[in-house]
Amino acid sequence: MEKVEGKVCSIPIGPYHPALEEIAFYKVYVDGERIVDALIKPGFNHRGIEKLAMQRSYRRNVQLFERVCGICSDAHTTAYCVAVENCLRIDVPKRAQYIRVIEHEANRIHSHLLWFGVAMHAIGFDTLFMHSWATREAIMDVVETLTGNRVNYSVNTIGGVRRDITPELAKYIEEKLKIVEKGTLYLIKAVKEDKTIKARTSEVGVLTKEEARKYCVVGPTARASGIEEDIRKDDPYINFEDFDFEVCVEDTCDVYGRIMVRLRETLESIKIIRQALKNMPEGKLIADLPYPFPSEDIGRAEAPRGELIYYVKSNYTNIPERIKLRTPTFVNLPATKPMLLGNKLADAPQIIISIDPCLTCNDRLVVVDLRSGRERIVLLQDFIRRRVRL
Amino acid sequence: MWLYHAPAGGLCNGCDIEIAAAITPRYDVERFGILLAPSPRHADILLIAGQMTKHSRERLLRVYQQVPEPKAVVAIGSCAISGNVFTTDNYPLAGTIDQVIPVDVYVPGCPPKPEAIILGVVKAIEKLEKRTAESI
Ligand code: SF4
Repeated sequence: MEKVEGKVCSIPIGPYHPALEEIAFYKVYVDGERIVDALIKPGFNHRGIEKLAMQRSYRRNVQLFERVCGICSDAHTTAYCVAVENCLRIDVPKRAQYIRVIEHEANRIHSHLLWFGVAMHAIGFDTLFMHSWATREAIMDVVETLTGNRVNYSVNTIGGVRRDITPELAKYIEEKLKIVEKGTLYLIKAVKEDKTIKARTSEVGVLTKEEARKYCVVGPTARASGIEEDIRKDDPYINFEDFDFEVCVEDTCDVYGRIMVRLRETLESIKIIRQALKNMPEGKLIADLPYPFPSEDIGRAEAPRGELIYYVKSNYTNIPERIKLRTPTFVNLPATKPMLLGNKLADAPQIIISIDPCLTCNDRLVVVDLRSGRERIVLLQDFIRRRVRL
Repeated sequence: MWLYHAPAGGLCNGCDIEIAAAITPRYDVERFGILLAPSPRHADILLIAGQMTKHSRERLLRVYQQVPEPKAVVAIGSCAISGNVFTTDNYPLAGTIDQVIPVDVYVPGCPPKPEAIILGVVKAIEKLEKRTAESI
């Protein structure tokens, strides 16, 4: 702990810290128990994926982008495939799109339940953490029987999907969905009725609607601040226009709102999967692929954490010329600063977790020097050697 | 038996969540007395998942040094073992884990299933016991 000015102390959180699931570095300035300023420094996770992607063929990149983040792995491959399909004008068969929808929503359910567990763990309510993870295992079973792997599915491919859903499998999914639905309803009931959860989460980490607009937050974080936006509705991809579902919005603007948005969304996702299973059209699983030609386009998807954008530029080879991704945490992370200000230090972990930060997909390896406003890249060894002052 | 789980830097989280899944009701290793420790100073076994980056290398070494002897290291996932799809020579990466710290047990998979992780930990416990017996 170092003294800054007068009564204000700075407390470093991370990079390895029990409150954080991943490695990142937060510096929180406190006056007594109140947080007065915060500095966020990610970058430990940077792997240079965009550079790798420009050395591999379109097909092989699917496996690479899936590993950008293991929690929203399906959202990444979907957005990437949509981007390439838009770019090379590929018409994907409808059956493939429906199978994609099922996986996409199963992925969302698993991600939201996982997040809910972690959020409950952050406020010290471990019983609900265990409950939500136990419920989550049912959807993991669905994913595993559907795709063969629990985390990285590799089912999406350019122009379609690689695995079919048989009627027996559909029945199995229905069964498991019932367990998930029951579990989620129980969690919602617990959150609504439990006084300790309310006390720890309501009016904590407030992000007003104006601030949310200013920081351009996306996904559940925006919806919990009363902004109605959902890429599935606003710009339907993979045939989301066929499905009937509600965009869950809360206007409490606090951590409690973010919990409710995600839990309600889980129920909506179950609804979408049921519709997809019921109305599954017949047909091919994969489209005929053209030879690549120079073009460019983007693909957008509503990942569990918010809007995900892929940009693809092609040329005459089977290797993309440029790929750029914009992940939801990249826009949401700066918004943790206004959320943290004025709150108690003990609430910091749950506020940071409330945006569902996924640092694996966020890290850009850029340090902004606040004093001079210069941007530069600093590695730790240089840091020690040259004694760079930060 | 206390475990400390340290993500090595560049990883996709898949291995992390599978480690967490191993302590939750379906697999529940806590009933065998295996618990996650909040700090490396309390740990017996270090679980490392993910690809090491230049940025996190020194920090990881420090975490390793903080674990008291006798200790065992389990590398989890293809990233930690071989670099997986990210290769080992891309610009932000610093090679595989075993080039920096000694690894006792390797658990391959992308990600390995929780069962495999538990098996890896059991193997590490065996090694640890042998090591303790030798040192006495
Ligand atoms: S081994 Fe696979 S699941 Fe594990 S961190 Fe690496 S890419 Fe993710």
